[in-house]
Amino acid sequence: MNPMAEDLLTLLPEILLAGGLCLVLVLDMFLKDSQRDVTYLVSVLLLVAVAWALVGLPPVAADGDATRLAFGGSFVSDPLSRVLKLFATAAVATAFLYARPYLRVRGLHHGEFYVLGLFGLLGIFVLASAYSLLVSYLGLELLSLSLYAMVAFNRDSPVAAEAAMKYFVLGAIASGTLLYGMSLVYGVTGTLDIGELQATIGAGEANAMLLWVGLAFLVAGVAFKFGAVPFHMWVPDVYQGAPTAVTLYVGTAPKIGALALAIRILVEGLPAAGELWQLMLAALAVLSLVLGNVAAIAQTNVRRMLAYSTIAHVGFILLGFVAGTPGGIQAALFYTLVYVIMAAGSFGFLVLLGSRGEEVEELDDLRGLWQRSPWFALMMVLLMVSMIGVPPLAGFYAKWWVLSALLDSGFVGLALLALVASVIGAYYYLRVIRLMLFDNGGEATAAGVPLDVRLVMSINALLLVLIGLLPDRLLDLCARAAALI
Amino acid sequence: MIESALGIGTLSVLVWLPILGGLLLLALGRKEGAATGFRFDRLFALGISVLTFVLSLPLWTAFDPSTASMQFVERMPWIRSFNVEYYLGVDGFSMPLILLTTFLTPVVVLAGWEVIEKRSAQYFAAFLILEGLMIGVFAALDGLLFYVFWEAMLVPMFIIIGVWGGERRVYATVKFFLYTFLGSVFMLVALIYMYLQSGSYSILDFQALPLTLTEQILIFLAFLFAFAVKVPMWPVHTWLPDAHVEAPTGGSVILAAVLLKMGGYGFIRFSLPITPDASGELAWLMIALSLVAVVYIGFVALVQQDMKKLIAYSSIAHMGFVTLGFFLAWSILDRTGSPAGIAMGLSGGMFQMISHGFVSGALFLCVGVLYDRLHSRQIDAYGGVVNTMPKFAAFMVLFALANAGLPGTSGFVGEFLVILAAFKAGFWYAFLAATTLVLGAAYTLWLVKRVVFGAVASEGVAGLTDASRRELVVLALVAAGVLGLGLWPAPLADVMAASIDNLVSQITHSKLQAGL
Repeated sequence: MNPMAEDLLTLLPEILLAGGLCLVLVLDMFLKDSQRDVTYLVSVLLLVAVAWALVGLPPVAADGDATRLAFGGSFVSDPLSRVLKLFATAAVATAFLYARPYLRVRGLHHGEFYVLGLFGLLGIFVLASAYSLLVSYLGLELLSLSLYAMVAFNRDSPVAAEAAMKYFVLGAIASGTLLYGMSLVYGVTGTLDIGELQATIGAGEANAMLLWVGLAFLVAGVAFKFGAVPFHMWVPDVYQGAPTAVTLYVGTAPKIGALALAIRILVEGLPAAGELWQLMLAALAVLSLVLGNVAAIAQTNVRRMLAYSTIAHVGFILLGFVAGTPGGIQAALFYTLVYVIMAAGSFGFLVLLGSRGEEVEELDDLRGLWQRSPWFALMMVLLMVSMIGVPPLAGFYAKWWVLSALLDSGFVGLALLALVASVIGAYYYLRVIRLMLFDNGGEATAAGVPLDVRLVMSINALLLVLIGLLPDRLLDLCARAAALI
Repeated sequence: MIESALGIGTLSVLVWLPILGGLLLLALGRKEGAATGFRFDRLFALGISVLTFVLSLPLWTAFDPSTASMQFVERMPWIRSFNVEYYLGVDGFSMPLILLTTFLTPVVVLAGWEVIEKRSAQYFAAFLILEGLMIGVFAALDGLLFYVFWEAMLVPMFIIIGVWGGERRVYATVKFFLYTFLGSVFMLVALIYMYLQSGSYSILDFQALPLTLTEQILIFLAFLFAFAVKVPMWPVHTWLPDAHVEAPTGGSVILAAVLLKMGGYGFIRFSLPITPDASGELAWLMIALSLVAVVYIGFVALVQQDMKKLIAYSSIAHMGFVTLGFFLAWSILDRTGSPAGIAMGLSGGMFQMISHGFVSGALFLCVGVLYDRLHSRQIDAYGGVVNTMPKFAAFMVLFALANAGLPGTSGFVGEFLVILAAFKAGFWYAFLAATTLVLGAAYTLWLVKRVVFGAVASEGVAGLTDASRRELVVLALVAAGVLGLGLWPAPLADVMAASIDNLVSQITHSKLQAGL
């Protein structure tokens, strides 16, 4: 096979996605407002096709080598990228499935939601496979710009516009920071290619001082995408301001993109500077764990509370990187995937309750939900229990693996701090359970919500039980995916 | 046997039958026949819990008391990448505790028979799920599996207290959850650490793992956090009076009878055999905390105005006896130079645990009977109950005497053995421990005097109706346990003997020498 064709075949999932989403964009122009379901259907089908391309097509080379580089080594297709892409595809599909009735009842059911969502997914794909700093940046911008537009999706809402504006300005600064860091690293090493970067810095030829400065900027950029303290300012505002269906999207798949960014640039590109970025990430992780968990206690708005809870979870994910071992990275990967399922479920729960029109804004709206919608109250209990990290739900194994990796590397103090922070965090998750089960009053109900959303929400929550009872497969998948880095 | 036909072991059946039954009950709901008074949920819950009890009897009948090794073992890989196993088995320590659990769950179901009106199906389901998890805790031989059951238990208990509890239930249940959760996370760190050292999560491998004294002390302290909160030991006991007072009757019974035992069981299964040298080093601390619980908490119990609070404090004092019995070993060894008295302290502690399971459970049931009638837990709301409720009063007096340690009741055996062991350890230990005989008698008998005897104190008491047939059955079942264990303790002693001897040899053999 000629090299060009081989390169293109390696990129088949991306090409399929890019081509398909252009088709969706064009198709949507010819549809009436009442026919938006067609856009939805085509988008979901496209995601199914992309997933099939990811799973079904073997790596191009039949020599058993699962890692393939393309386009002069700037693009990599390896087990890690495939796992990340597959889960991102599933997360986006889940967001689409949840969103339809919610958007329709608000008159927001436009094709752009799906097109932007697909563009964002393409950005995540590029991030997951980027093997050059420039490609990473490309993927990041593709993702970020889609997200800014999605947050402002309800253009009549001043809150959403404010959130989008804030997100855009801060995001632009973060992108600039990241780009500046990349340029410094390029200045020091003379390369943008991640493989070459690894070799050059490993050889110790680079100017250490400049490299450190560049690294600090890179870490800041990564931390912004994750939403780690002190780069978290946008998270609560965006989560609260955006339509809940968009929050669901913002809170799930892009986390996988951020993880990919961190793994590709820091772990693969700059392992020689590991001690340094581990130190930086440790500081970010501690701040995120403490601030996230403490600030969440004070919130009365559900989405704001979940935003701070995200920040706390990000702290845990970063601790996996701090461990600095392959086990730590695998744990961070596992944590991210489990977190995405939990976040999809809990925002999905809010989308579901909002599918009838009234938005669930305040925690108090959930009071007494058990009496009105026992099944979904139970599902939310499962989600909250998993977020606390109580076995036998998936969230426990995520925390357990990260702790194992930390202890293995001798970070006993950090492990204890993370645990104490999660005990503090238990308080606000318990409050949600308390409001739903122990209290009376409140308005929210799941009555009259379409069957498909009910089904997705139930499967989503029960998935955590399944992973909790039989964690072996997912643990193994993560271990294998991140084994090669 | 059913289980062998399905290829599933007895212990798995005991763990999963109640859990699956509980989930099924959640799905099916209450379903009542309005005219006939037929209620599906409670019948189903009773059926499942009685069936579980019946299926647990082979643990006793087929148990081989001559060996300390694990029996009814089931072992298969669960999480391969971390060498975590689904590993169940029982020995002389866990088997009686499992039977205690399976025996008391039907009692708890019966106790909630008419009382629980609000969302009753969920109430019974929560207790069934809790039962399975509790059996899992006692049967697990894999450290992580143990932790999974141990933590999972918090959720149904949290919901039971929070939904069906008293006025301050939310405060009490959140306190309960956070306290115990904070305690257990330290245990998780210790478990992970030992896994990193040994490459396995098996508790038996942990017991054989050589550890330096520093490691042992840190691991011991981590376990101490988890178990001391659960027991609870002074000064981390403050969640218990709140949780007990606010929990519904069934919740209090399970909390006192089984959940507290998990702390004691943890010391036997983890602390003593895994960190024998650290246990010896820190035995003074444990003995001191236990004696504080026995003496100081005994005085605290004396001044309580709330019946449930009084029994809760009495529980803490009695559990102090358990930990005292466990940790006297080193003082006995120092003083007498022979391990002869150690077994006495250990079996005294075990007896005390089982007995306290019956007695405290029974006392909470008695308070529940009174509360259902007058809706007050205050001691001064009662007085002269014997005049209107003679049958009930007879039971309550019996349980009170058992709580005070009257010979012939189960309460006597454990206290007697522990005090004997304390004498071998030193006069002052025994002297302080023996104050419980005075204090225990004082607060329990004074409670009985004020509640049961005397003239009829109020119109409310005058209008009381004696215990119904259902209530009498419940109380009689527990009374049979109390008297049976007190009059004929030999079967329990036989079952535990081999395991106790094994534990004695584990704690008297230093791991430090083994490591050299």
